[in-house]
Amino acid sequence: MTAADLSLVKTEADALFARKRIFAVALPAIVLAYFVYIFFAFDIAGLTKRANWDNAVTLASDSWSYKTHVTRDNRSGEMSYAVEGERKGAYPEGQRPDWVSGDDIITIDLGGDTIVRLLPEQRTEIEVPGFGLIEAQAEGRTITTNLPEDAPDWINASNRRVAITTPEGRVTITGSKTEVFNYFPGWELFWFTFDSPYHGHGLFEILLGDRIDPTRPNITGALSDWWNNAMWRHKDVAWAIGETILMAFLGTMGAAIIALPLAFMAAKRFAPVMIVRAATRRLFDFVRGVDALIWTIVLARAFGPGPLTGTLAILITDTGTFGKIFSEALENVDQKQIEGVASTGAKPLQRYRFGVIPQIVPILLAQILYFLESNTRSATIIGAITGGGIGLMLTQAIQTQKDWEEVAYYIILIVAMVMAMDSFSGWLRGKLIGRKD
Amino acid sequence: MTDATLAAAQQRQTVDSIQNSYMAQVQRRRLYGGLTLLIFVVLMVSGFNVADDRNAGGFWDGLHQIGDYPAEVLAEAWEKRADLPALIVEFFPALVETINIAAVSTLIGAAAGLILSLLSTRGLARWPRLIPVFRRSMDIMRAVPEIVIALVLIFVLAGGPVPAMIAIAIHTAGALGKMFSEVAENADLKPVEGLASTGANWSQRMWLGVLPQVAPNYLSYALLRFEINIRASAILGFVGAGGLGYELRNAMAWGPGRFDEAAAIFILLFGTIVFFDQISSRYRNRLTEGQNA
Repeated sequence: MTAADLSLVKTEADALFARKRIFAVALPAIVLAYFVYIFFAFDIAGLTKRANWDNAVTLASDSWSYKTHVTRDNRSGEMSYAVEGERKGAYPEGQRPDWVSGDDIITIDLGGDTIVRLLPEQRTEIEVPGFGLIEAQAEGRTITTNLPEDAPDWINASNRRVAITTPEGRVTITGSKTEVFNYFPGWELFWFTFDSPYHGHGLFEILLGDRIDPTRPNITGALSDWWNNAMWRHKDVAWAIGETILMAFLGTMGAAIIALPLAFMAAKRFAPVMIVRAATRRLFDFVRGVDALIWTIVLARAFGPGPLTGTLAILITDTGTFGKIFSEALENVDQKQIEGVASTGAKPLQRYRFGVIPQIVPILLAQILYFLESNTRSATIIGAITGGGIGLMLTQAIQTQKDWEEVAYYIILIVAMVMAMDSFSGWLRGKLIGRKD
Repeated sequence: MTDATLAAAQQRQTVDSIQNSYMAQVQRRRLYGGLTLLIFVVLMVSGFNVADDRNAGGFWDGLHQIGDYPAEVLAEAWEKRADLPALIVEFFPALVETINIAAVSTLIGAAAGLILSLLSTRGLARWPRLIPVFRRSMDIMRAVPEIVIALVLIFVLAGGPVPAMIAIAIHTAGALGKMFSEVAENADLKPVEGLASTGANWSQRMWLGVLPQVAPNYLSYALLRFEINIRASAILGFVGAGGLGYELRNAMAWGPGRFDEAAAIFILLFGTIVFFDQISSRYRNRLTEGQNA
């Protein structure tokens, strides 16, 4: 190698290094500049102003706790006790929580020495440790209290409404009713509501103990009461999850069944006519490009909300995707096997069945099973838009903005469902075409 | 009888038995295959019937109505076709927002996925004992549908692009992390060892020893994710996270009279998806071919 050659190589190498150096600086710089642009475009600075931290606190505390409402109607003096203040969580007539006592004067022990007393003549007394006794009386629509003008910020008082929030619970007083909220950790009434005879009985008692409800055997009775639990709606939830999985299953399999013959028409090897090939490929591109969102909207107009709409949306979109993948697989089949089958005198259909299909089945199955898992997730999302399955229940629970424990329950179920489908499809793939790792 | 004929008879007998057992095997396989097919068909048909029953409108009633809505939209859009270019310009910022959500979440998700993947690959992990922890966390990130995180975040952070961005980024980190880690498992460890012998620390070994090997594959997967994320960001817009999907829902809520807007958004969305689809598939082909060459 001469000196001239060497210097040439050296300049080339230098140029390469210079290019790499520029690239190494420019790429992060571009990304950084883009993030700066996004910072302003998305108004990240204004986010703290828009964010509602009270909502975050509600969300965080409500998802693992529940509250029991004790309500006195200030007109009729009637008392009611209900979990989450819902009718389906109401204590039956004549029963009340054990932290409530007294008949004429009803004493509510919120715990931590915080005590609320509901006195006759719509009077209310609240003992808050470290603050003293708060007295309030509702007369018609106005409320009189002994609160000083400059009450601390956990008390929100006007002459129409008084709200007191203590670490142990909350009290609101208006002209029409006095409400006391007592908070407890856990998901109350998850197994049985108050109207079920099995409420308050342990698992062993139900399985092994005496018959609790004389008309039914314990296990069937308990199962049916749990299944029909009005508060947590286990039956509806199970149906919703079933619908979501059904959407994914029908959509994926239907798409595969439709896409397979079409893929033959899009593969060069099997469709010599150029126009047929081009037309099929454009059809795949179109169906894929329109996207599940638009298909869902269009189909929801024709079929109404429900799992069928979601199924068809997945089916149509994935027909395009499968068509593309399958036709690529078909392009790559080995001609020798087809010739081998043809040499035995096989007709075209037999050639496809025994020469082509065995070659592409592993690819097909792997893709179908992969999509089955990812479509379970899509079905949740599509369900939220079109109204079907667990996606709908989740959006409804979030939109009502109060049943956060149900939202937490649904989220756990969704994650469990997707992970179960993931491992199921992985297991099936391993069984059918051998494990990769 | 000679030995030869005896041997031949014996041979025929073994051939017969082999043939018989082969035929029996074939028949058994056919039976199993047929049964599987039967179960599959029953599942499909009954599943379809259940879905049909639980739907608001029936399949056969709805079938001839599929074309109605697109036809209405198209008819109205055609009537007001003069306004379409103006509408497309009007909704262009929303489109940019949708693409921005997808791009930012892909960038953040890919960066997080990169780190997670290296931390959860055997032979490369910084803390080998923690591999299962990182794997599980990626599984969970992957399993949560974007809409779940987005809806919860919308409740806290109010509507807008940020909840969608975070939701998609989390999912992307999980999904890309898994794929990245599969690629990284096949990476050659010799450069890593070479770097280790010079005293390079973990991040230097990864940055200089592993990344150059896996970069083309990583880029290709990230591009594919970007494509998927554009669709996801449009869908999340529909539940209130801003961008094109949000505009689409507003236009749809108006019903007839605003179908021209819906049509303009449809066109934008379709065009964008096809555009990025083509670009990314071309670029991905180049990346993977360049590697084989």
